[in-house]
Amino acid sequence: MTEPVLLAPPRRLIDATIDGEPVRVPEGTTVLEACAGAGTEIPTLCYGDTLTPRNACRVCVVEVEGARTLAPACSRKLEPGMSVATDSERVRHSRRMVLELLGSSVDLSTTPGVAEWNERYGADPDRFGPRAEPAALGVRDARRAGEHEPGDGTEAETVEQPAKVDNDLYVRDYSKCIMCYKCVDACGDQWQNTFAIGVAGRGFDARISTEHDVSLPDSACVYCGNCVEVCPTGALSFATEFEMRREGTWDEGRQTETTTVCTYCGVGCNLTLHVQDNRIVKVTSPHDNPVTHGNLCIKGRFGFQHVQRRGEGERR
Amino acid sequence: MDLRFLDEAPTAVERDAVDAVLGPPESGWDGGIRQDADLRYARGGHASRERRDLLLPALHAVNDRVGWISRGALDYVCRRLTVPPAEAYAVASFYAMFALHERPRRVVHLCTDIACAAAGSGALRDRLAARLGPPGGGHGPSRGAEAPDAAVTWHESPCLGLCERAPAALALQAGDPARYAVAAPAVAEDVDALTGGGPGTAPGPAGSGNGHHPGPRTTYASAPLPGNRPEPAPASAVPDAGSPDHVLLRRIGRVDPLSLDDYRAAGGYAALREALRIGPAGVLREVNESGLVGRGGAAFPTGRKWSATAQQPDTPHYLVCNADESEPGTFKDRVLMEGDPFSLVEAMTIAGFAIGARTGYLYIRGEYPRALRHLENALALARERGLLGTGIMGSGLDFDIEIRRGAGAYICGEETAIFGSIEGQRGEPRTKPPFPVEKGLFGKPTVVNNVETLVNVLPILLMGGPAYASVGTRDSTGPKLFCLSGGVRRPGLYELPFGATLRDLVEAAGGVPGGRSIRAVLLGGAAGTFVRGDELDIPLTFEGARAAGASLGSGVVLVLDDTADLLATLVRVAAFFRDESCGQCVPCRVGTVRQEEALLRLRSGASSPDRELPLLREVGRAMRDASICGLGQTAWNAVESAIDRLGLFAEPPSAPGGPRATVEDTHQTAAPESGAATEEAS
Repeated sequence: MTEPVLLAPPRRLIDATIDGEPVRVPEGTTVLEACAGAGTEIPTLCYGDTLTPRNACRVCVVEVEGARTLAPACSRKLEPGMSVATDSERVRHSRRMVLELLGSSVDLSTTPGVAEWNERYGADPDRFGPRAEPAALGVRDARRAGEHEPGDGTEAETVEQPAKVDNDLYVRDYSKCIMCYKCVDACGDQWQNTFAIGVAGRGFDARISTEHDVSLPDSACVYCGNCVEVCPTGALSFATEFEMRREGTWDEGRQTETTTVCTYCGVGCNLTLHVQDNRIVKVTSPHDNPVTHGNLCIKGRFGFQHVQRRGEGERR
Repeated sequence: MDLRFLDEAPTAVERDAVDAVLGPPESGWDGGIRQDADLRYARGGHASRERRDLLLPALHAVNDRVGWISRGALDYVCRRLTVPPAEAYAVASFYAMFALHERPRRVVHLCTDIACAAAGSGALRDRLAARLGPPGGGHGPSRGAEAPDAAVTWHESPCLGLCERAPAALALQAGDPARYAVAAPAVAEDVDALTGGGPGTAPGPAGSGNGHHPGPRTTYASAPLPGNRPEPAPASAVPDAGSPDHVLLRRIGRVDPLSLDDYRAAGGYAALREALRIGPAGVLREVNESGLVGRGGAAFPTGRKWSATAQQPDTPHYLVCNADESEPGTFKDRVLMEGDPFSLVEAMTIAGFAIGARTGYLYIRGEYPRALRHLENALALARERGLLGTGIMGSGLDFDIEIRRGAGAYICGEETAIFGSIEGQRGEPRTKPPFPVEKGLFGKPTVVNNVETLVNVLPILLMGGPAYASVGTRDSTGPKLFCLSGGVRRPGLYELPFGATLRDLVEAAGGVPGGRSIRAVLLGGAAGTFVRGDELDIPLTFEGARAAGASLGSGVVLVLDDTADLLATLVRVAAFFRDESCGQCVPCRVGTVRQEEALLRLRSGASSPDRELPLLREVGRAMRDASICGLGQTAWNAVESAIDRLGLFAEPPSAPGGPRATVEDTHQTAAPESGAATEEAS
């Protein structure tokens, strides 16, 4: 298969230093990209390979020599002569604190990588005390900006609340939401242009919300599932996955992934079918697919039931 | 855009309020009645979306008229501006002054911030709670829920910028026109008056209250809510008003702030005339030579900022005046805007001329109704006389100013968050680089200056840059305003040339009342640092404060005497940062919560300093190092200085000593003109 040749203007090469090693990269390369090229692993949460960096989570911070504060690797571009440290004591401290602060306030149980990073940075999310009781559904959504009930500090406040199940296709479990903004960007002008959700409220009470917290069927949502595709923590998940996790039957080790072409229309989107026990449990799309960049529509994403309708005799 | 709306209709009043800001709709495409022609072609589109910056004014219009923003009203605003409802909801829910649930028309904001708490706002809070129930609750005991029109609710508020008259309370009442009343210093009866009474029975056109001439239409009526005492004149905030030594405050108390003739008679518009004579390059030269640095807190050289913007090839250039003065303890900009509003209009015109901007945005915080009224009046009069608009003063200069009103969000004073707020987005800080001088408001080269900074440009042009630079010290030139509050005899706004010590300032304010001693002084506001009562020899200059490991910030000098409850003050500071964090980045969003929780545990005795101080230090360090903007980066400053400098919790003296070397830099970034500037400098 031939790839289209992009004739972007040639980019000047610049010299910089990462962890003492000289690197030469095209101008405009971010620290994260340069590190990936050099084989240096940097943890990321809010970074999305198909989205503009929001640098909100700050778990990817690095130390730029001479700068007053740490810089997010995902969005900071390397400059000529810049010297970057990706594993200094300052960096490790901030990464550890970000992991502890997130871990103490959000359910990260389904976030890939977190357990390993906690280990690597020595993060102990339980150090802030016992977790506060989850809020009832709707309580967080009703909070007024700039106001809170100060407790007595003996419990660590969390964002936990019951999952929002208001449609047959996907579930919003905001107990697991780290506010990475990726779903909002995917729903908005970066991909889908549906604008069904935004970041409402402020501070610790900021949350992803439809207008007035109306249910998804009453919102502008078109169920493309592109928000689910980019969610880094499992806060957004297929209803099938959510159900199976609740029943304890979700087992990625038993799943196969098959990439095929969607049959609904002529666009030619790649679908990756995640199959467990001969049932499609989730559909994604490869982020490097030039047709989809990971995005699908409701049909490709959720319209798979007919394939596994095999007659009464074979149904479980 | 193919948007989906809720299909909830606005009331006629809501529709009128929105149309008063946006003009009537043109077709069915932008919220009007659908006509036959609408079926044949689409209108609006880009034209509607380019008015996105009117989202905040439109939300204000509804909130001002009705008291809250209903689903129908929000839907209508979205149709008018082609804004997705989820985005408009995201914006509206960002601000403390907007309500998205029905509430009474009158809202009392009781300041419970540092200065007011020290002056006894606690008793007022108890009184309000007894009369109206918990914050946000409420209807008056005598007025049932069946008559929300006649009822009132209340909230605790962060600093209202009335610290010289603490404790303060502000009542805002929706209507046509909206009305307000201020009680400061407030006693129990004042608070009763703010909550009492119904909606004003004599509406009358807004801005017509002075009896002489109709005056331009302003957002708020000129007469206060009935039943309340009139607010003292702006000059009452300046204890030595009329002093011949004043430069920045020289007109305060001497001129009628509503009269352009008065302003001109007192030397107004001489600086603009001079600017037009010497040209933009001449203005840049004078400002550069003056050594003026930003007064909002970051102390970045104004001339450099202006020159860098003026040179940008991208157009248009914008000027933003940051009047979102929200740093607890700061009220200098309020006094300038209330007492001498034309000086700000003139200074903005000069700045716009120098940097090549045709539009200036004046972003004023929502809690300053009187300053807003005086500025609206000043803009209207200046336009009438050809001092704004096209061909100003017969020259080829075209420049105009638009006012944008904040709605209760400290973060919007951050120099990039202010762009989001003006553009009709959430007031979230942006990552730098790119810096505002390259990509600022609407992605264009922008200068953001604090009110006091801009007003300094007038004496610079009248005296000449070098003469101005000879005032003060070598590294801190010119006069400076200091907001003195707390335990001194004559709190208020003081103007001193740079070089005076903290002691000079406290003595100018009459010192502390007999029998009291100074326990601590908070320099620079909530984002600033505490110094001890025995450190009054600190020179009040940028370099002097820095050498002492403190910072001037926005000029807050809040004196806490030996009766002050320091731990309670710290808990309030922590609550402030938790409330005002925008929530974008993890270190600040969660760190401010954990900081408050640790201080609450210390206050209740549930835990010990041995356990909590290391935790506070670790959280604080991450907030300082890894937060996006100055708010998070400075959220731990005051707490750290209370621990290390004041020895609160009596940590052994061997503990890692003294405030960190970075304190002064980071601290400054919190205040309005902020982060970018400091980083730019480095």
